[in-house]
Amino acid sequence: MKKENTVIVALAVLAAMIAATWLALVAPGMTGNEINMTRGVTSQSVNHFDLHMVVLWICVVIGIGVFTVMFTSIFLHRKSRGHEPAKFSHSTKAEIIWTIIPVLILVVMAVPATTALVKMEDSSGAEMTIKITGFQWRWKYEYLDQDISFISSLDRTSNEARMLNSGIAPESVDNYLLNVDNPLILPVGKKIKFLITADDVIHSWWVPALGWKRDAIPGFINSAWTNIDEPGTYRGQCAELCGKDHGFMPIVVIALPENEFEAWVTEQTAGKRQNDEQGATP
Amino acid sequence: MSSEISHTDINAVQDDHEHGDHKPAGFLDRWLFTTNHKDIGTLYLIFSLTMFMIGGAMAMVIRAELFMPGLQLVEPDFFNQMITMHALIMVFGAVMPAWVGFANWLIPMMIGAPDMALPRMNNWSFWILPFAFAMLLSTLFMDSGGPAAGWTLYPPLVLQSGTNFAFVVFAIHMMGVSSIMGSINIIATILNMRAPGMTLLRMPMFVWTWLITAFLLIAVMPVLAGAVTMLLTDHFFSTNFFNAAGGGDPVMFQHIFWFFGHPEVYILILPAFGVVSEILPTFSRKPLFGYASMVYATATIAFLSFIVWGHHMFTVGMPLQGELFFMYATMLISVPTGVKVFNWVSTMWQGSMTFETPMLFAIGFVVLFTIGGLSGLMLAITAADFQYHDTYFVVAHFHYVLVPGSIFALMAATYYWLPKFTGNMYSEKWGKIHFWLSTIFVNVLFFPQHYLGLAGMPRRIPDYSPQFADFNMISSIGGFAFGATQFIFVAIILHCVFRSKVKATAKVWDNPIGLEWTLESPPAYHSFSTPPVVTQDMVRQ
Repeated sequence: MKKENTVIVALAVLAAMIAATWLALVAPGMTGNEINMTRGVTSQSVNHFDLHMVVLWICVVIGIGVFTVMFTSIFLHRKSRGHEPAKFSHSTKAEIIWTIIPVLILVVMAVPATTALVKMEDSSGAEMTIKITGFQWRWKYEYLDQDISFISSLDRTSNEARMLNSGIAPESVDNYLLNVDNPLILPVGKKIKFLITADDVIHSWWVPALGWKRDAIPGFINSAWTNIDEPGTYRGQCAELCGKDHGFMPIVVIALPENEFEAWVTEQTAGKRQNDEQGATP
Repeated sequence: MSSEISHTDINAVQDDHEHGDHKPAGFLDRWLFTTNHKDIGTLYLIFSLTMFMIGGAMAMVIRAELFMPGLQLVEPDFFNQMITMHALIMVFGAVMPAWVGFANWLIPMMIGAPDMALPRMNNWSFWILPFAFAMLLSTLFMDSGGPAAGWTLYPPLVLQSGTNFAFVVFAIHMMGVSSIMGSINIIATILNMRAPGMTLLRMPMFVWTWLITAFLLIAVMPVLAGAVTMLLTDHFFSTNFFNAAGGGDPVMFQHIFWFFGHPEVYILILPAFGVVSEILPTFSRKPLFGYASMVYATATIAFLSFIVWGHHMFTVGMPLQGELFFMYATMLISVPTGVKVFNWVSTMWQGSMTFETPMLFAIGFVVLFTIGGLSGLMLAITAADFQYHDTYFVVAHFHYVLVPGSIFALMAATYYWLPKFTGNMYSEKWGKIHFWLSTIFVNVLFFPQHYLGLAGMPRRIPDYSPQFADFNMISSIGGFAFGATQFIFVAIILHCVFRSKVKATAKVWDNPIGLEWTLESPPAYHSFSTPPVVTQDMVRQ
């Protein structure tokens, strides 16, 4: 086989690989379905998204490279084309090269990965603290600084629709399985610390837009933090198998501007004083 | 490196055949009391194929319920039983016994030994399994149903199980005993029964990978046994190993479990590396590239597998230093794994390739396993893992390395050696149909699950928000088609064993290297009663 022919075939295979990658990684997004990680609304979620994209593209490039060589070989070095087998069986030089280059790529990946992790684990300087407790199958939120606490469960409409053969079309329910009776109300632009634990089995508190999940474990208190940039409603779910209704304990976070949040807090505490009852609803 | 085996060798083998083909007469004598490595290998392979179909049926239930949003078919608790049983059956009932079955058939023939070193224990290590799985499956018919806490058996959830739990733990103990005995047997055979001249660095890669796998099994199966025993006493005897209210530690279980669990995934994949390293050279008509570095890479992967368990537990809450250690160690695994992939590609490079079914499955393995390996590298990145963890992205990742990874390698091995085992050729046309349908549908099944996970769908949920509906439906269609395709596989095997009129030659393929190809097809019931003398030109290395 002439060298130019190898190059021509390799280029053709490369083009096919890139086309296949486009079909796999870009085209499905054109159906209107979400196919990628959310960028989210916090510095952490943006960090994690950027990191994800860097590593994804490094992996895609490595994959395209390896598969291009492989399919070029499959196309050219076949018996039906009369290709005679070469005799070589090892090359120490090649082995050293393809040990060292991956190590260098890993170092390149490790730098942003380490930075993002160090940032994520730094929960210092929090301005308010919320304790989250997982139960089978609901969440309890306690605002430790504001003396507010309530339980948050799957909303009634979803709960009726999700029964076996309920006859209610999931599409007809607003935010099917992702809606709750009492959402978690948070202020934007404030560093909020979460203390996460559980009362019965292990759960995991996950809102993709915040950029992380943390396991809620009985007997342990895990900490995490967030600082939400934009007001809005953000939805998530329990991410650790916790029994039969694991799929039915969603999380809804409503992020409000500072003043609206203060108004909500006042309303809650006032209502509480008036009724002298626990578990006021927003 | 390779050359024809001299005719005298083959004659010697045929001579052996005349004295060595005394099979026990009765059915029970032949199968229940057998100590013959070939019969025990056959039993293992039949057993694992049966379990593959049962575990696959459970996967069909899972994909049927997930076909569209809303609950249509099963209650959430039964769904959880299905995901738990599907995993336990596929890991312990399908893939592991299948590899032990190939080890039984092939290792003695590959190293020139007459049988396994410990034939009676060999019988026992197989015959434990049907009872263990009968017990495990019986839990589905109990009032409390089967285990429903996931195959990872995390407390405290698993401690809420009903009476089935004692059966599950005992079944796992029996599987562990079986695996440990099988591993001891394999190590004893490889280290003691090699033919003269079969030095360690002349051994076929399949023997090497199994030797290392056997050490992994002996190291970690007792750890799993200890962990489930503590669960058992927590559940029934009021101990508090994992009960926080009693001073126990639920996170400790996860550390112990994954200290077993991570080497376990290499137990499922290392023999696959060995098989692919046998098949690619044969059909490329070229020696394996970098044999020695393949051996060292396998050993390195095995070592690293013991120090990366924490990457299953990043979101559990661990100190920053711990997260960094497990992230770096996990990323490192991609180096020896990369070496293996590059060596496979170099084996094919400048070869003279033909594409019989075993080669197709081996190539499918290299491509799709690499995709699974690359998504594994993404999962190693701790900060991003706080988004990926426990989503369908993880489900897609481990199914890519297990289905078109381990299972494709098992299929490749079946097509490659079944003519040797039975003396009959399988249908090449149907083998190719099986390959193409499997390859297309396994991607339809699992590729969209990457999107689902990234878009935010958690794993192990029976119902989901309609935003995930499209890709779940595609995935389910791929799942049903992949499942149906496997009936072709069963039919091809049955046809090859019982009906095929095309006889296989001793070599079966175009000049494959290895002692098993010096035996006729099928080999005599007792082969290599007199050990062959292995010379450099009889081995690939």
